[in-house]
Order: sequence, then structure tokens, then C-alpha cells
Amino acid sequence: MKPFDYIRPESLEYAAQQQQRDGGRFIAGGTNLLDLMKLEVETPERLFDLNRMPMAQIEPEGEGLRIGALVSNNACAADPRVRRDYPVLSRAILAGATFQLRNRATTAGNLCQRTRCYYFYNTAMPCNKREPGTGCSALNGINRIHAILGASDQCIATYPGDMAVALYALDATVEILQASGGRRHVPVRDFHRLPGDEPEKDNVLEPGDVITGVVLPPPPQGVQLYRKVRERSSYAFALVSVAAVVRMDGERIAEASLAFGALAHKPWHDPRIETLLAGEVPSDAVFDKAADLLLEGAEDYGHNGYKIPLARRTLKEVLRNATGGGQ
Amino acid sequence: MPQTNRSLTINGDTYEFSGDPRTSLLDFLRRDCGLTGTKKGCDHGQCGSCTVIVNGQRINSCLSLAVMHDGDAITTIEGLGTPDDLSPLQAAFVKHDAYQCGYCTPGQICSAQAMLEEAKAGWPSFVSDDLDGEVKLTREEISERMSGNICRCAAYSNIVEAILETMEAGE
Amino acid sequence: MTTRSMDAPDTRNLLDHTAQGVIGKPLDRPDGPAKVTGRATYAAEHDIPNCAEGVLVLASISKGEVLGFDEEEVLALPGVIAVISDERMIARSAQGGANEAPVQKVRNVEYFGQPIALVVAETGPQAQHAAERLKVRYRVEDRDNVAINPDEAKAEPHKEPTIQGDIDHAMKEAAHAVDLTYTTQGQVSAAMEMHASIAEWDGHTLTAHSSLQMLNYNINELADALDLEPERVRLISRYVGGGFGSKLGIAAELVAASVAAIELGRPVRVVMTRRQVFECVIRRSETEQRLRLGTDADGRLTAFGHEARVSNLPGEKFAEPVTQASKFLYAGHNRKLAINLARIHRVTAGSVRAPGEAVGMQALEAAMDELANAVGIDPVELRLRNIPERHPTMDIPYSSRKLAECLHVAAERFGWDGSDRRPAQRREGDWWIGTGMASAARVHNLANAQARVTLQADGTAIVASDMTDIGTGTYTVLRQIAAEMLGLDPENVLVRLGDTDFPPGPGSGGSHGAASTGSAVQLACETIRDRLVERLGCKPDELTLKDGFATCGNRRAAYPDLLQGADIEEIGKFEVGKIKGQYSTAMYGAFFTEVAVNAWSGETRVRRMTGAFGIGRALNEKTALSQCIGGMAWGIGQALTEQLMFDRRDGHIVNPDLAEYHVPVNLDVPDLDAVLVEERDPAASPLQAKGVGELGICGAGGAICNAIYHATGVRVRDFPITPDKLIAQLPDV
Repeated sequence: MKPFDYIRPESLEYAAQQQQRDGGRFIAGGTNLLDLMKLEVETPERLFDLNRMPMAQIEPEGEGLRIGALVSNNACAADPRVRRDYPVLSRAILAGATFQLRNRATTAGNLCQRTRCYYFYNTAMPCNKREPGTGCSALNGINRIHAILGASDQCIATYPGDMAVALYALDATVEILQASGGRRHVPVRDFHRLPGDEPEKDNVLEPGDVITGVVLPPPPQGVQLYRKVRERSSYAFALVSVAAVVRMDGERIAEASLAFGALAHKPWHDPRIETLLAGEVPSDAVFDKAADLLLEGAEDYGHNGYKIPLARRTLKEVLRNATGGGQ
Repeated sequence: MPQTNRSLTINGDTYEFSGDPRTSLLDFLRRDCGLTGTKKGCDHGQCGSCTVIVNGQRINSCLSLAVMHDGDAITTIEGLGTPDDLSPLQAAFVKHDAYQCGYCTPGQICSAQAMLEEAKAGWPSFVSDDLDGEVKLTREEISERMSGNICRCAAYSNIVEAILETMEAGE
Repeated sequence: MTTRSMDAPDTRNLLDHTAQGVIGKPLDRPDGPAKVTGRATYAAEHDIPNCAEGVLVLASISKGEVLGFDEEEVLALPGVIAVISDERMIARSAQGGANEAPVQKVRNVEYFGQPIALVVAETGPQAQHAAERLKVRYRVEDRDNVAINPDEAKAEPHKEPTIQGDIDHAMKEAAHAVDLTYTTQGQVSAAMEMHASIAEWDGHTLTAHSSLQMLNYNINELADALDLEPERVRLISRYVGGGFGSKLGIAAELVAASVAAIELGRPVRVVMTRRQVFECVIRRSETEQRLRLGTDADGRLTAFGHEARVSNLPGEKFAEPVTQASKFLYAGHNRKLAINLARIHRVTAGSVRAPGEAVGMQALEAAMDELANAVGIDPVELRLRNIPERHPTMDIPYSSRKLAECLHVAAERFGWDGSDRRPAQRREGDWWIGTGMASAARVHNLANAQARVTLQADGTAIVASDMTDIGTGTYTVLRQIAAEMLGLDPENVLVRLGDTDFPPGPGSGGSHGAASTGSAVQLACETIRDRLVERLGCKPDELTLKDGFATCGNRRAAYPDLLQGADIEEIGKFEVGKIKGQYSTAMYGAFFTEVAVNAWSGETRVRRMTGAFGIGRALNEKTALSQCIGGMAWGIGQALTEQLMFDRRDGHIVNPDLAEYHVPVNLDVPDLDAVLVEERDPAASPLQAKGVGELGICGAGGAICNAIYHATGVRVRDFPITPDKLIAQLPDV
């Protein structure tokens, strides 16, 4: 680990200004950042420890719920309001990592979780995300956990987390404090980026931006499901995951909100699928059309081609279970 | 640069930390405090051998900096029992042969200790059928909740037995 | 010292005629309280004053030469003491039992991840950072000249193949036949304690705390590497956090720590990172196995072919002995067994738990299932019909063999119904359910060993040996052997292990530790019994030892009274002798399992698994069963999740950590059911005991493969059977 200055700021505003001015990383749980710092994948000059900041509350916001940035993953998943009104979020969180890690991992930190690309983790290998301009080793390497959607020739990494996939399905909003003192709200679906020519940028945060919380909209009606396919039964990253919020109107699908994990550089959300499903009587034919839309342009980079049928199958499984239809 | 003198309460005793801020809580325990019962199996949060209980919650001490923990109350395996006065879980681990090489064992036991409290608090898990229901620690629930502690000797069946017996004795 | 050579089966069966009644009992481990309270001290945990910290530097090229290091930059970093790249350091791990230093030219790079230097600093973080920062200048060998992947090298025969009769002809003539190719991917031991050593040099003697399995060999390996006489080296490994083969031979960190300690004149600790353990210790070779099995109309084997292709670095003598159990397990006159070895530049291939059978039995037992389906009989019946009378090629008798009993016992416990083996018949919701079975077999190994037993004047005893307990239960079983032989409460027997100052044995490896060192303990105790007989003045067969009293005819004396203040100390020296080769001696067993395969995703969960095992005399039922269930869980990992992935371009391991190399977690493993079949094997050891540590894995993965086929109708012949391979063939839902 590269030496760094450890700073415990007096206030969030101070932290935001200092970080904008001097650079460095904010640290909360540290479960991802310290992992990467030990490997010197991340080499910040300074760490701003935000753990004492008053951002660990879950509180009502309008008819929705505001999850503070420092709420631990477990605290969020176990919160009675989240369990009752946003079960897809509880389920997604509980499908990730372990109890130990989730006790430390925070809402904001988890949103900023970095990729698990093998080559990003190996400092002996070229990686555009870690060192822009050096090349992407995964393109012609082993890429079985890599993206099939939205990748670029600069980077085919995926966003590995679970919680954010549920937040996409719920259409949550990320609340950000800027170094200027201003606040902005970014729809979570716009928070993460596709790699394009700047794969080093995972998300839209600018220097001095501090996530202060995530706002959940009013509880959606209908069925909420999170399905994660993985190689081990626990403690493994997703091969494919699907978060679904589906409301039926009699025999027909009234509204379906779907997000997908482990397919792209960000949780994948495609509004065309929701438009397609709305008003349809659930059937395998409809589900297949949804999968066609999802997988339009899906690319096999050599080892990850299985994700194309796997995503289709998992989407159909989830839609069947959510709608009670199909077959 | 801010002062990095910190004070942690470990197993009821006070320890001062004033070292290199890079020091993980795990290395602080093992090297500076002489509490080598907490094990390093991967140093990256991928095995659970370093599990300790901080303010009542289990965490991976390898993925946390000592400097971040001042004021925290930390319980390590040494704080749960001694060879002459085993805690109920420790005794059950011996009885059920819930370990072989013993290296992951302190982490397993700290983890199990905290898990029992989590269940009492009603925290659901990935395998809970009902998120709102009362938590009943079935074999499957225990297995999922203990999946953050890898045992390469694979004493898993016996670990679950030991926990089940401890729970039943405590009821 | 008393020496005894085992030249014939030992039918005295002493342990069934002693009085204490503790042998075999499921006693708790004496090391348990220390382990569960965190007081057991592993290699890196010894508190050595003034100890510097070393971190290895590994090569980031596949082949070439280290031209130099930019040391100045890292030596200027705070706390950094030295950068050492010394000709005594080792570039590879020693193979199990090597007894000499492995390849030492660390600057001559032969694989990606090879140790090339050590950075020493005052603290761990300082050394780690400096090691990361150290710039290395290389001459890189042209990729075209370097074979990195198994398919880039020609495989040469390793040892003489077994060829008997005419297998090609027999296959053509067979009423039923299968000709199948199975593949397995590379694996690692992944013991929870990472390789760690602390070395101290006093100007004459090198003392090291290290995490090792076989000290008697390791001391010579280290001495050879350092060019010291073995008398000037002492190794201590009282607690070892798992080995599974990876600590059979010395690894780079021990020699590097030793060299640094000698050079710097202060103690040096080197602990590998988890990634380094993956990258530079040992891998189990990937395998490609062709199985040709042909039977007559009744399912009796007439053709038996098992040919495997494995790999290793140039110069290594080890080749995964894939066909080891195929030599003796089943009948079939026309045979061909062969191992072909490809020389490639990847980290050293060596022994990982049950080298040979772990992968060989996995594939063989899957092929046997395919054969049973071809014949149309219960796969249990197929195995029962093919248990040979005598060793099929060596024409020697079997010693005790409980294969048939294990098949019956395990089938009964499991509730096996082999009458209808049509696949894809049972569905529960989204899950296909199926069952499968396999035989277990693993060769029995026995080795020369010494142990010292002291019956102390106070009536307690001490057993001492350089044997290690890597979780296998050595502390427990040696204590029980001594307690049984000397008529003591086990609480009054102290076992001291893991120190080369104690009499030498073969160490822990190949499942031979307990039977070998245990036989030496038994022998030392026999001599002590003789001494007691002398003191009591009676005949040996009149002597009864129980609860600390010696009884002979009408004389009964407590040990303190008999010993009169003087200890009796004896060293037993057990030698394998002429028994070797007289019998085909092996451990046997059977696995039955039920799996659920998700019809959508191909995720497989093992729902239950039963194993029955014949291991000769069980020295402690509890620790023996723990070994069995541990092995079965390894079978789950092998079958479903574990695989090393190598980048074809340079041979580096892309998943060198426990996040992406998936060893089974608690939820992957159901409540495993293991049972021991009562057995005594007088040809196996004077204890009538065989090995147990590896048997539980040997065939377990095959049973799971068979259950997956039964559940889904999909036969995947490439282990591990991950969801991507299953969904390629699973029908739409």
C-alpha cells in the first residue's frame, strides 16, 4: 500500500473542498478501496475518513425513503421499511458479499464499487481503467466475467455489485453534495457510465462530489424480485442478475421495471423492454421479445458468450415468476 | 497532518494506536497487540479468517484500518474464552470437531457469535423465505450466514452442528 | 532404539488386545482448546524480537532473464533495509519428498510468478509497498519459443505405460463399450494459512518457524539450498494451518527468509500474500483423460484403458499420477494405462490432496456411470461385478478391501434405488433432481518413521516426533496409540510434534503419516512394555496395562511405584521392509449423492451426500470422519466450482485469489453423511490402519457429475461443471 495522509474532516463541506483541491479518496467502509489499495491498484495520496459524518440514517423523504450514504448494507437490508416496501433492495443486498463485508460496506461505497476485472486487479497487466492508454488486456484475454453489452474497445469490464441493480429497477436518485456547497440529484440510472473512451471513469462523480444519500421513490406496487445467478451458492459475484418490479393489471402486465447486473459497465436498464412489456399478456413469446431487445447488440468476447443465453433464460425465469404467466 | 493517536478498547482493555495509518485493524491486533488469535487467510476480505466483532457487529478486520477504529469496542477470539474456560461456542466446536487445522476457527467462532445476535435482532438473509418473518436459524440459514468464513478443511457440517447445539442449549 | 521391519502382515493385532480401550474412540482433539481460543501459534505468529519483514517479488514475464533491479529507488523508501536476489533462493517449490533443493536460479525466469527477489523492511506495509514499486529489468524470451499452454507442447510418455493384452481389439469385440475424453482444470490447495516463515540465524544454526508438512525432508531441502549441513538447520511447525500438498516441500518464502536472516544478521519473517501462494507455490495439473471401457454382455470389463495427458515445468519429475487407482480398482484383462507429460511454462505442478486419484477417479467414475448406462444396469452392480480377484496386472493378492461393503452400506444409508436410471425424470419447481454414485479408492502409502516415547516417573507419558498435524488429527491419534499401548488415560499423554529436534518421520502427506509414525509410536511403547515386564518379572503375555497400573499375574503396580523415579525412554524405528509390493493395499469407499440443477441457469447444488469408507482401523473415529467429510467437500469444489484459469498469452493465473478461485463455502456443502466400515488390515501397518486424509475426495466429484446427468440428461465431461457448460445443453424450460 502506498503511504497516504489520513484525514478525518470536521465537516462534509470541508472534506469536499479539500478533496477537490488536493485529490484523494473518501473512505467509508473501505471494503473495496482498501482491497484495491493493498494491491496498489488504487494509490490515493490522502484518505478522507467520512465515517463520523451524520449520514447513517434511513428516514422518510416524501412518500419515499432516504438511505443515508453511510448506512451499512446490512442495516439497509434489515430495515423494516426497506424489507416491507422495497424487498428487491433487501434481496439484492443480501445476495451480495457476506455478512461481515455488508456490516462495513455502505450505500455510497457500494454504488462506487469498482470492477472485478481480472486485469484491472493485476498491476502487471495493461488496463485502460487503471492506467488509461495502456490497453485492455481482457479483450483478448480471459473474459468470462466480462460485459456483453455496452462495452468499448477500451474496456469490457462490468460493474459487479448487486445493490445498485435493485436501485436501477426502483429508479432511485443519488444525492450529491458538491465542493461548491451545492447539491445535485442524479437519477441512479444516469450515475454509472459506459466505458467509451474514458473507462477510468466509473460514474459521473466530479472531484469534490460527495454522495450523501440515495432517495427511493414512493413504494412501487406489485411484485419485486431479485435473481442472482452465480457459480458458488454464496459469496460470489453474479454471472447475471435481474432485479424486477412488476405490477399486473388483471391478466396483463401494467408496468415492469427491470435492471440487469454483470452484463455491462453499469447495471443495465433498457426502457424499451418496459415499453414492450406494458399492456401485454405474459407469455414466453413476449418474454423472448423482451430478451431480444435486451440482447440486441450483445457481444461475445471469447469466454463470456454464455452470458447471452444465460441472460435470456434468467430474464424469462424472472418474468415468469413475477407475472405468474408464460409457458 | 492530523494527529493519528487513537485509543481502541479490545476485549475490555485499552490499546493506543499511533502507528502507520496503513496498518490494518488485523495487523494491529496481530502485531502490535500480540493478539494473534485473529488470523490472516487472504488479507482481502475473501476468506473470513480475520473476523472480529466491532461494536457488536462482525467485520473483516483485514479490510479496515486501525486508525479508523478509535473509540470502538472490539472483541476478538481471545475475548470470548480461554482454554480453561471455553465459551459455549468454543466448547461446542471442540466437541463436534468443527475444525481441523484450526486456522479459520477463531474467525468462524467470532462470526457465529455475532450471527446469533443478528438473528435475534431479526436480520434476514439471502435464503430467508420471508423478509418480514421471524428469523429461525435452520441449517440452511446458518450455512448462508456462515458462508463468509471459508474452511478449506471443510468442517462445515460440523460447524453447523456446533452452532445448532449452542443455540439449543441457550434457549 | 528398537528397530522393526515390516516384512509380512502383522497379524498380532496388538491394539485389539490391549486393555485401555481408547483406540478408535471419538475423543476430542487435545489441541482443540488452543485452536478454538486463538492460542495455537502458527508459523508467522511467533513473537521474535527485532524481526524484519520480507516480501517476495515475483516475475511478471513467462520466460527470460532478470537483468537487474532498480534497487536505489526502493532502498530510499522509509524503512526499507535490503533487496535480495541471491543464488541460494529457490525459484520453485520442492516437490513432496524431494529431500534436496529445487531449482534455485531465481534470475532465470521459467514461469510467470516465479520468485525473483525479496524486499526486506522494518514493517510489513513498508516491505509490501517497496516490493510493489521495485522495477525489474528483464530479457524476455520470444513468445514463439515458449510453450505456455498444454496444447503448445508435445506430451512425452512419463514412466512405462501399462499395456496388457490388446485393448483395441477388446474394444471392438466388447458387447458394450464407451470411449470418452474427460478434462479437468488446474486446481490449488488453498490452505487457509498462507505460506509463512520466520528465520533466525545465530551465526551457526538456522532456526525457522515455518508452515510445512514434512519436516524430515524439508530440513534437507533447506540445508541443501543454503549449503549448510542439516545439523545446522532446525525447523519448527507445531501448528500448520492446512497443507493439502502445498506444504509438502519447502517454498520460496522459507529460503528467502533464511538467506535474508543470514545476510542481515537479524530475524526475518516472510509471509506470502494470497496471490503469491497461487502464483508461485504449486498447482494441480490440468488433465485430459481418455477412458476406454468395454464389457461382455453381462457388464464384466474386458477392456480397460485410461490414458492421461498432464503438464509440468521442464525438469520436474512429478507428473500427476492420474491412473494410480486404475491400476488395481477394476477388472479387465486388456489394459492400457499411460501418463503423458507436456513440458510447459506455468507454475510448478505438484501434489494437491490425493494426487492422481482426485482427478483420475473423478473421470473414471463418471465414465463407469456412462458404461453402466450403456450396459443398462445399476451402476452399483457394475462396480460389484468388476471387483477383481487379484491385482489385474501384478497378479498379487489384495490385502483387506472393503469396496463391496462400502457400496452396500452407503447405498443403504442413502436409500439408493438403481433400478431406473433414466435421466431427467424428476423435477421440483425450477430444479431438476438426480442421484449419482461412485466408488472411492486411494492407494495406501507407508513409510519409515521414528518416534520417541517417554513413560515418565510420575506415570505420564510424552510422545515426540517431527511429524506434523496439519489438521489431520496427528496430536489426537498418536496420543491414543500411546495411551492404549501404555494403559494410560489419554489426558496423561502429551504429544509433541513439528520440530526437527525430535525423531524423524515421513511427515504429513500421501495419507501415510498416522499409519507410519503411529507404528513407530506403537513400537516404542512395545519396548516400554518389555521393560515393564522385566521389572515385574513376568511373561509378556501376562502383562495388562490399564489406567496407569501394570498388572501381571497377581502383581499390580502403579507406574510411579514401578519406575522408582526413573523415566523409561524408548525410540521406535519402524521400517516398511519387505511387505512393500506383496499386496495391493488401498483404501476404498463409496459415494452417493443427490443434486438439484436449476433448469434455467444450470446452477447445481448438492443436496445430500453419503460416503462409506474402509480405512483399516480407525485410530479416532471423530477425526477420521472429519477427514472424510472434508474430502467430500473437496469433491464438491472439484466437480462444480474450482478451476485455475491461465492467460494463454503469458501463462499468468487470472484468478489468483479466493474471490475468483471458488473453493466451496458453507452453503455449498450439505450436511454430509460419512460412515466408517469396520476393518483391520494387517498388511497395511502394525496398527492395522491405513490412510484416511485423501480418500474422501477420490471419486466424489464423479458421483456429482453422474447425479447431474441423472438429473438433467446432460453429460458434461469437462470439470468443473459450471453453469455456462450446462446451459449450453440444457433444454429450454
